[in-house]
Amino acid sequence: MATPDSPGNSRPSLLGSALIWPLLSLAALLLFNLVWQPSFYRLVVQDGHLYGTFVDILNQGSKAMLLSLGMTLVIATGGVDLSVGSVMAIAGALAAVLVVSAGLPFAAALVLCLIAGALLGAWNGVLVTFLRVQPIIATLILMVVGRGIAMLITGGQIVTFETPAFVYFGNGHFLGLPFTVTLVVIVFALTALLTRRTAIGLFIEAAGDNETASRFCGAPVRLVKVLVYSFSGACAALAGLIATSNIKAADSSRVGELMELDAIFAVVVGGTALTGGRFTLLGSIIGALLIQTLTTTMYNLGMPPAIAPVPKAIVIVLACLLQSPAFRKQMTGLFSRRATA
Amino acid sequence: MNLLLSARQVSKSFPGVKALAGVQLDLYRGEIHALMGENGAGKSTMIKLITGVYKRDEGSITFDGREIHPKSPKDAEAIGISTVYQEVNLIPTLSIAENVMLGRLPRKWGVIQWRAAREQARRATQRLGLDLDVSRELSGCSIAIQQMIAIARALDVRCELLVLDEPTSSLDAEEVEALFKVLRKLRDDGLAILFVSHFLDQIYALTDRLTVLRNGQFIAESMTADLPRLELLGQMLGRKVEAAQAAHHAPPDERPTAHPKLVEARDLGLRGVVGPVDFTIAPGEVLGLAGLLGSGRTETARMLFGVDPHDTGDLRVSGEPAPLRTPAEAIRRGFAFCSEDRKSEGILPHLSVRENLLFAMQASRGPLRRIPRAEQTRIADHYIAALNIKTPGPETPIRNLSGGNQQKVLLARWLAMQPALIILDEPTRGIDVGAKAEIEKLIASLREKGMAVLFISSELEEVVRVSSRVVVLRDRKKIGELDGSFDENRVLNMIAAPSSSHGDS
Repeated sequence: MATPDSPGNSRPSLLGSALIWPLLSLAALLLFNLVWQPSFYRLVVQDGHLYGTFVDILNQGSKAMLLSLGMTLVIATGGVDLSVGSVMAIAGALAAVLVVSAGLPFAAALVLCLIAGALLGAWNGVLVTFLRVQPIIATLILMVVGRGIAMLITGGQIVTFETPAFVYFGNGHFLGLPFTVTLVVIVFALTALLTRRTAIGLFIEAAGDNETASRFCGAPVRLVKVLVYSFSGACAALAGLIATSNIKAADSSRVGELMELDAIFAVVVGGTALTGGRFTLLGSIIGALLIQTLTTTMYNLGMPPAIAPVPKAIVIVLACLLQSPAFRKQMTGLFSRRATA
Repeated sequence: MNLLLSARQVSKSFPGVKALAGVQLDLYRGEIHALMGENGAGKSTMIKLITGVYKRDEGSITFDGREIHPKSPKDAEAIGISTVYQEVNLIPTLSIAENVMLGRLPRKWGVIQWRAAREQARRATQRLGLDLDVSRELSGCSIAIQQMIAIARALDVRCELLVLDEPTSSLDAEEVEALFKVLRKLRDDGLAILFVSHFLDQIYALTDRLTVLRNGQFIAESMTADLPRLELLGQMLGRKVEAAQAAHHAPPDERPTAHPKLVEARDLGLRGVVGPVDFTIAPGEVLGLAGLLGSGRTETARMLFGVDPHDTGDLRVSGEPAPLRTPAEAIRRGFAFCSEDRKSEGILPHLSVRENLLFAMQASRGPLRRIPRAEQTRIADHYIAALNIKTPGPETPIRNLSGGNQQKVLLARWLAMQPALIILDEPTRGIDVGAKAEIEKLIASLREKGMAVLFISSELEEVVRVSSRVVVLRDRKKIGELDGSFDENRVLNMIAAPSSSHGDS
């Protein structure tokens, strides 16, 4: 080939320009709320805790944010993890049973659940890498089977609990904010450090960008993939504990339902391509916040939950289109043509 | 002869690059015209402007006297301009007939007339001297045949100008001759053909006139027969040609026989794929693998590097048994492998030049010991300068670079590892004379530094020029080895010697 190849649509370096579009979408949504329901912006302090719609969004969105962190890395390797919702249910069921029936302290249950989540994720990873099952199929298996496993763990019952530490996990406050916010910050910081301060992030991106080339360079592609699915499983376990703690009960059939889709949306809206390669963790967090803000907005507007997915879908499509350089170019072309006409 | 296509003052810019500046090109009916230039000279950009892949910024292109603005390859095809690209753009899972006829399958009342389609496809391929069962699936054909089918497809539409971008880079000599015969006949029928190739011999054998571009500018237009090769090289490179010539001399014949062998392969083979092959490589030695297309050169390289590990025979590295089951193991033994397929096995397209360049090194250090950023930048800058890699900077995504420069980044990726053995599979494919000479010079300097090199090229002349010894392969087996003084003729004689009636494509 003898060209300076078409310069293409590469994102100029790092965060700045990649994050601008999800941020703009979020800003537009906030602006909408400013006009239509100013109460959205009310914040009150009660008993030293901050309350308000914003705080609700952070709290409610914490599950999607945690899932999106794991999902980002999986998607960056060119895969996808559909099983996170079911892993949430398994982790919730396991924690409840461990705390209630086995009488373990919550800390021990937490650790065991994280390990279980990581193992379930590793199972996905092994299917994808060693057995070469398509990620969507491999994780679909656990997605379907997972709720059954959760049911087995709880014996088909909804296990309720009052264990203070477990209740605090999803409902408590820390530094004036819901504890879940702290949890998200910690997991985000750890993930960012682990991927960007080491070469793990590079290996993940390389595996997604060109798996063969990365293997030819001696990179541990399979290991990276198994780790990434394990990490996603562990994130799902954390999110599952929050969801279970929220309702103080392990409800295997409902916990984490359709959450995998929210997580995938968050990643895509945030600017990580489904084809793998470059990823942005912060983008996914913003994406998750965008989706939660949308959900909360519709809830506040009194929209029936049954039809809520429709406007949600519209906003997601718009946010994704806004991301696409090809689409933006077409739009500017359209407008400039109109201007000259 | 009358003028068919005329381009004047054509310019095209990409962000940060002026790819073409005021270029002109005249193509007449009934001529084969070569477009010549180094990597990044603007050849492909020019072709893409003509064929509607890009839109020009300035200038005019007239076709048959009318100004044209092709918006897409399809649009260009309707005007009468068909193109065959270097990388075959066909659909492997469809049949040959479907590939030839795709988009214009004959229909009656909305139903595809398969018999007529196959008949037409058969005629189209026979026109190229191919005798094929057109109902076969394309993926079963060799790359060379696929390339011919792509040409058959391009010719099957009403076409006045046929653009061929590196059509011969994966063809063997016989196939090239067959293709040329067809092209000459098409020319005599009044077709205009624009031909891009890096093989000078082919340019002189085939073309009537040529246009030279350099750095996006028009340099000269000449009758091919009137232009001495050295002058052509001078025009393309924009410098005195002695430098390019110097690298064409054979390496000094001081084979380091005293050195212990780095690699010893005995009866190495992979069942159903390649082998047995025997060879040894010593430090400071360039071992060439010669053979026709499909003779097992690449398969041997992949086997040696642990991509498709051997299942028979014995491999030793520095005297120790080394089974090498994965590329990672091979790398630990000090091996490096530049694959022939730059795009799917080499580059990490969306990652930066720096990340691509340092990837193998980082992989060998493991994920936790990240190379400090300052160190990364230093190494990247060093190799960009040392190998004269043309890139806006180390942070540019590698896919924005031209083929030759991508290749240099990949070479740098391995050189940074300071390997004991570097396997180069077609390192000069699809890159221009200048970059080719640079790479050959680089190989010579690596050899002098004591690196062992396994060199593979489909250009026999190049293998002979670069290598100190040559292993000759045929039908995926080793058939001999040439040492001391040898030339192309001896290699060809060996390949042709007994029972070579079967081609291996």
